[in-house]
Amino acid sequence: HYNQRDPMLKKRDDFEDVLEERRNSSDLRYALRCYTPVLYKGVPPCKSSMLKSMVLQSDQLHYVISQVSKETGRKTDEVQEEASAILDEMAHCQQLSTVRFFAFTLSKVFKSLFRSICVNEEGIQRLQQAIQEHPVVLLPSHRSYMDFLLMSYLLYTYDLTLPVIAAGMDFMGMKFVGEMLRMSGAFFIRRSFGGDKLYWAVFSEYVKTMLKNGFAPVEFFLEGTRSRTSKSLTPKLGLLNIAMDPFLKGEVFDVSVVPVSISYERILEETLYARELLGIPKPKESTSGLFKARKVLSEDYGSIHVYFGQPVSVRSLAEGRVNRRQFNLVPRHIPGKPGEDIHSFVNDSAYKLVRAQEENMVLKPWVLLASLLLQNQAAGPKEGLPLDELTAQAVWLRDLSRQYGAFLHWPDQMTPSEVVSSSLSLHRGLVRICEGKVQLAVEQGLAATPEEKLLNQAVIVLSCASYRNQALHVFLRPALLASAIHTASSTQKQEVFNSFSFLRNMFSNEFILCPGATVQDFEEASYLLVKTGAVQVSQQEVVVTEGGHRTLAFLIAMLDPFLQGYQVVCRFLCEEATETLTEKQFIPAVRKFIIKHLLAGGLRYAEVLSSDLQKNSLAAFLRLGAVQKIKGYVGFDHLECLVGPPSRAQNTTL
Amino acid sequence: MDALPSLHKHGSSMASNSSGGGSDRQRIAQQRLRIIAGHLRRPVDVDSTILAAECKAQDSKTDVSSEGKTVPRRRQEIMKWNGWGYSDTKFLFNKKGQAEFTGKRYKLSGMIMPALKDWLEDTFGTNLQHKSPATPILTSSAVQPPTLNEAFVEELKSTGIPFSHDAEDRVFRAHGHCLHEIFALREGKVGRVPDLVVWPNCHNDVVRIVELACKHNVCLIPYGGGTSVSSGLECPPEETRSIVSLDTSQMSRILWIDEKNLTAHMEAGIVGQDLERLLNESGYCTGHEPDSMEFSSLGGWVATRASGMKKNIYGNIEDLVIRVKMVTPQGVIEKSCLGPRMSTGPDIHHFIMGSEGTLGVVTEVTMKIRPMPEYQKYGSVVFPNFEQGVACLREVAKQRCAPASIRLMDNEQFKFGHALKPQVSSMFTSFLDGLKTFYITKFKGFDPNCLCVATLLFEGHREKVLQHEKQVYDIAAQFGGLAAGEDNGQRGYMLTFVIAYLRDLGMDYYVIGESFETSVPWDRVLDICRNVKLRIIQECKDKGVQFQPLASCRATQTYDSGACVYFYFAFNYRGLSDPVHVFEEVEHAAREEILANGGSLSHHHGVGKLRKEWMREAVSNVGMGMLKSVKDYVDPNNIFGNRNLL
Repeated sequence: HYNQRDPMLKKRDDFEDVLEERRNSSDLRYALRCYTPVLYKGVPPCKSSMLKSMVLQSDQLHYVISQVSKETGRKTDEVQEEASAILDEMAHCQQLSTVRFFAFTLSKVFKSLFRSICVNEEGIQRLQQAIQEHPVVLLPSHRSYMDFLLMSYLLYTYDLTLPVIAAGMDFMGMKFVGEMLRMSGAFFIRRSFGGDKLYWAVFSEYVKTMLKNGFAPVEFFLEGTRSRTSKSLTPKLGLLNIAMDPFLKGEVFDVSVVPVSISYERILEETLYARELLGIPKPKESTSGLFKARKVLSEDYGSIHVYFGQPVSVRSLAEGRVNRRQFNLVPRHIPGKPGEDIHSFVNDSAYKLVRAQEENMVLKPWVLLASLLLQNQAAGPKEGLPLDELTAQAVWLRDLSRQYGAFLHWPDQMTPSEVVSSSLSLHRGLVRICEGKVQLAVEQGLAATPEEKLLNQAVIVLSCASYRNQALHVFLRPALLASAIHTASSTQKQEVFNSFSFLRNMFSNEFILCPGATVQDFEEASYLLVKTGAVQVSQQEVVVTEGGHRTLAFLIAMLDPFLQGYQVVCRFLCEEATETLTEKQFIPAVRKFIIKHLLAGGLRYAEVLSSDLQKNSLAAFLRLGAVQKIKGYVGFDHLECLVGPPSRAQNTTL
Repeated sequence: MDALPSLHKHGSSMASNSSGGGSDRQRIAQQRLRIIAGHLRRPVDVDSTILAAECKAQDSKTDVSSEGKTVPRRRQEIMKWNGWGYSDTKFLFNKKGQAEFTGKRYKLSGMIMPALKDWLEDTFGTNLQHKSPATPILTSSAVQPPTLNEAFVEELKSTGIPFSHDAEDRVFRAHGHCLHEIFALREGKVGRVPDLVVWPNCHNDVVRIVELACKHNVCLIPYGGGTSVSSGLECPPEETRSIVSLDTSQMSRILWIDEKNLTAHMEAGIVGQDLERLLNESGYCTGHEPDSMEFSSLGGWVATRASGMKKNIYGNIEDLVIRVKMVTPQGVIEKSCLGPRMSTGPDIHHFIMGSEGTLGVVTEVTMKIRPMPEYQKYGSVVFPNFEQGVACLREVAKQRCAPASIRLMDNEQFKFGHALKPQVSSMFTSFLDGLKTFYITKFKGFDPNCLCVATLLFEGHREKVLQHEKQVYDIAAQFGGLAAGEDNGQRGYMLTFVIAYLRDLGMDYYVIGESFETSVPWDRVLDICRNVKLRIIQECKDKGVQFQPLASCRATQTYDSGACVYFYFAFNYRGLSDPVHVFEEVEHAAREEILANGGSLSHHHGVGKLRKEWMREAVSNVGMGMLKSVKDYVDPNNIFGNRNLL
């Protein structure tokens, strides 16, 4: 039964603004101050040259080198050299001087960009404790390029051991910046190295060596890449696997994993992301490009909240789940593919950790406004929402979201209308107030073609959606249940559950839904809806109450764009993709199809144009067996429409 | 009492030719006439070159006190009923508040250990004001009256084999030395105990007893030295039959020594110290020296797969045993020759060794012996840290040049060893000690909170020992080790015997503890040591133990492919409502951690009932089935019902 603590009672720490001190004292002195972090077991940080030689001399690497040499017929020396070259390309060479340089520059930048950078200091204290006890892995959420600079900045500020950060190779394109980042503690990994044994060995040994010896906290992004939509991304398991390995193999007593939630009131890359999702190609990271972005410096990006979550002990995660004895029968330096149980353990842990990130994400009032405005816009071609009505709805939603356990930062000392207008003014690029009515700033009449007009509109809609998405995790489970109640053929609890389970399964590529937790999620959703009086759940039935319709309507509308999106992709597959289609062709083709329908007025949600949604839906259809992948092609044998009784749709897998 | 001056002097004169003798004796017991036939039976083939000893019964007096034997029938005459070892020997705090070791038996006896008090206080947060004394006397009312199988007792009487159902005798044989066993005794609590104790005097007595037990469906639990630390001697509470403890302590003769083949044949009840002492008188030794050798018996070693400190030279029990005789409900199991090695299918000795009293009673053992070593030399090496020490041991093992014994203590044990230093007699020694400390910590830069010590024992021809010593010290030097003198080494080994007494002192002051062991491949030694110690500390914290526990370890044996690691764990239990439960939970968690880190279920303590739950996983389903089927064949009615192992 669902007996989790009431989400409203979730205790969270208070924040302190780190910029406040920066505004009152010398940045230079700050950058040059004495830096004496506490260390893990008093182990001093390891020189990068020393680290490299430890990796190159490890049994693990020796083993793989001789294996590769045997397989390819190349000389060991040659392979050894290749390994060394890989390591050179990868390794960080953290220098305090560079960190100080960043501390100075970033102070200036942050002060001009942000009103405040708020950090929960209790979280910092917990982290400090954790660093002394066990090797630490930092897992920040990833919404912006800023994230890891910000993390290092904060750790420097609080006199904590500077992390080493796994970064994607794309940064290396930016010559100077890449090296600077390397000197600040970043190490670089190729985006894909599929079957390259040697690369994998060097990489995993490098990370493990740092971790095992506790030289420095290892930081990486569970989501693998920046989320362009502000939704949490399905976690990538590679690095987490590596990070847990030393514990599983008994090389360390425990590893502390610290989820960190970084929430931006305004994301620097806001419209950039929207364009990218719409297929307007992403500018390649380049140093000159970064300087062109200088104009962002003059804008107001509000505040940042960084919440260092409760350190999670890998040992306690594994307790009762993993039989560590399985690693005792093969020498530990021989690489082996993790078994099914390990894979599912790491996967579940990853989901738990992403959910921990989500839970501590600070939500600004604007997030609620964006949700309301998007729903209003989709409801029909109205002249926007009267300001006072928006305010009233926002207050209603504020209370609802709090009941659902949202970490909402609503300034209670201000009146609701003040809150609303200050939020709107910070995001004036996205909203327009016209004659007391608020609507999205979708431009009218400027574009040449209807298609361009639509795309321009979509940029704004997707930007707004990215804010709404920040709150999705709060409403997701109730929304799934609301939609399930809506689509179920009866109020029978079992029917509703089936419908819920179908939707949940369908959307598990889209949202963070822990695998195998359907019943738990259903109970959580029921609990929340019952608690807020929106539905009554008996042994047999799920019934919407009189007063519950408003909540349910809101929740259904929250999920509707996704539902519509999946349906339209489905229709595309049924109607247009009669023959096989390459994966590359899929996105442009489905986009064309969607544009057609949007222009024809059959589809209301411009956000369906998001390539993220399209990819996720395709992945879902693949997973459900409705679509097949043949030798790199995507072959569509047959597909039944998703509308209709869920059970039938589930059976249509071919 | 019970010991009748009777028949069994007759038929049971020699160890050999026993199975035939056994069935004859059955008839003897039934018919007076046959006694004469029994008289006429003489040993068939006594090897003329060997010293033969007879299976003599006790003299006709009913007194059962010892006749120069180390272990009398009434153990309580010389040993504690609720603690370790001899009654006259214990640690205590004298009137001045200094720790003192009483008695005269050990080198440390009568000495004062000034540092022990501070060490106890600092390590456990104990306070001499807060005592947790033991119940001084065993009250017979605490012991359940015996459930006797009258028919069995009647027939037993007729055999003349001494037995007793005295409460003290029974309680003594109801436990080993696990913490929970001793803790309960100190509180005066007694659980299920044997209903009868029987003292066979020779192999044939045992045959007789086992036959009677089978006939009357009585549960037999063999008892040797009583040093089990696996709950092996605990009577299964669910046992409804009458339980008879078969105490082998009176079967303690060396029956012959064969100097040509360097073997000796002993009765299995002989305890280690007697065995060595008696062999030494003839110029020989077995070299088998488990830490418990003062009290543990040869039969016990065989039944638990024991290991001795000097196994590097002499081997473990399985290497030493040539031939074993065990009495089972199906009859006697034994090999038919004394060949040094055989290819005759799976070695039946391996059903016996480690059977932990579940299949039968080991009665006689032929064992390898060696001439006593010409020269012995102790030594010690200080390492800057445990890692270096382990690396050195590994190298020593790799070069196969391990001394008779090599043990590496971690920093905690090193400090503990210091706490047991007796008061120095002269200013000069104390000055020298200070100088040594200064040299190691200041001049060599060893961190006193990291350094650790290896103790060494070399044996053999003088020249070879010196050569060997140099080789080992050279290797040690490669790992930063500094020779730290013979005294430190010798003291280390001496403490082995004394340390067991210390737990009783701790228990007087709210400290409970235990040691446990494992064996582990070399590459995991450091990991297992670290993880198990941290696990103990964490578990104690989680379970509300107020003061951080002592978690310490040492590597005590080296092998080609791994090492034996010993853990010590103790904590102050003030403030806990159920300390034994907490203790057992922590111990359980520690074992889980050992297994998770690639350690074995046991290196030499055995499984008993304490570690039974992990047995199936340790040997696989099929392995378990094999063992079970052996048990089912050998002892279908579970006469040997101590329920160990399986």
